[in-house]
Amino acid sequence: MYETIGIWVGAIFTLAIYSFLYKENSIYRLAEHLVVGISAGYGMAITYQITIKPRLVDPLLSGDHWILLIPGILGLLYITRFIPRISWMSRYPIGFYMGTAMGVGFPLTMKARVLRQLEGAMVPLYQSGMAWYEVTGNVVMILGTLAALIYFFFSKPHKGLFFGTGSKIGIWVIMVGFGATFGFTVMGRISLLIGRIQYLLGDWLHVIE
Amino acid sequence: MKRTVPLMIVMVGGILMILQYFIPHQISQTVLAYYTDWAPIILAFALVLGVGSLTRIHSHKIRRKAKNWQYSYAVLIPLFGMPILAHIWPASLSGGMDSPSIFHFLFMHVQVPIQATMFSLLAFYIASAAFRAFRAKSALATLLLLAAVVVMLGQVPIGELFGRWLPETGLWILRYPNLAAKRAIMLGVGFGMLATNLKIIFGVERNWLGGAGK
Repeated sequence: MYETIGIWVGAIFTLAIYSFLYKENSIYRLAEHLVVGISAGYGMAITYQITIKPRLVDPLLSGDHWILLIPGILGLLYITRFIPRISWMSRYPIGFYMGTAMGVGFPLTMKARVLRQLEGAMVPLYQSGMAWYEVTGNVVMILGTLAALIYFFFSKPHKGLFFGTGSKIGIWVIMVGFGATFGFTVMGRISLLIGRIQYLLGDWLHVIE
Repeated sequence: MKRTVPLMIVMVGGILMILQYFIPHQISQTVLAYYTDWAPIILAFALVLGVGSLTRIHSHKIRRKAKNWQYSYAVLIPLFGMPILAHIWPASLSGGMDSPSIFHFLFMHVQVPIQATMFSLLAFYIASAAFRAFRAKSALATLLLLAAVVVMLGQVPIGELFGRWLPETGLWILRYPNLAAKRAIMLGVGFGMLATNLKIIFGVERNWLGGAGK
């Protein structure tokens, strides 16, 4: 019974969202507002249950973790944002979080987004047992990365053999990349659409297995 | 107090956290442990700002009877109803509940279908965007079109009807030229992030201070 009502409600809201394809209407607007309220309310509930309660409230109530008052008070300072006279105090928790997050993020960004990428681009062009398309692929990948980087280097005019030709090859590589990404995204969205149609025709109407 | 202290907090916090990474001493490990404990707590309170703003906007709409004000109840009621329901039936990490409840019902049968449908709605718009983007007007646009078509056809069973070469070429495009473009973009983004990190830590970038209290 619970599942059946759930499927009906889900199907009605699915159709409500698809009704937007015809034109914006009150049913769509209701569903749109509901999802904002539910997801924000869900976020609040989960944040309290998995962060505030076990990490702050319970240890404080147990009475031997008074140091947690510091993050608690810092967190509460966010609320001063709603009191214009002392709203500047909300900068303290933001500052604490910004500073520490930037500091923690710096070496991690360097590692994950720069060094690992450079490491990944330094592959042998040829090794015994490699198929011809792998060798070609490695050449394309290494030269393509360099060329695309040249395209994004705006401190020098894109003229001459190195910068001119390099940036031209770069834009070709980038276009292939964008095309592939676009195709991949389209397929992802189509598979979501198929999922919803399966839900409507299978779970709800039982037209398909 | 209003600007200098927050900027000092950012600088000290940032430098301390960079240093603790490079100096794996007992003290730096303790600092990191405290940070790991405290940061989620402080960040969790930031949600109050979002919820507060949302409540303010919608209650204002209701009070002023602004256009479509009735829908604001559809935001406010579940916004405060969900935490109350979760308190009655404590929520589990799995995104639902151990046993069926109204909280679980609203999440599984209202939020999940609506969100999934909203994303799938993009299939229609992306198709119309593709129609505009995929016109072979120039050599570069043709290249974009070819790459997208090969990748798309390579991922569906009908692609195999053209022969094994089509899915294999699609995979090759994803694995090599696509990776080259992505890697260059990611390196650019990485350097940008590093520069922004340093600008924030050293107080060059101060937009985050906002206008609160001037």
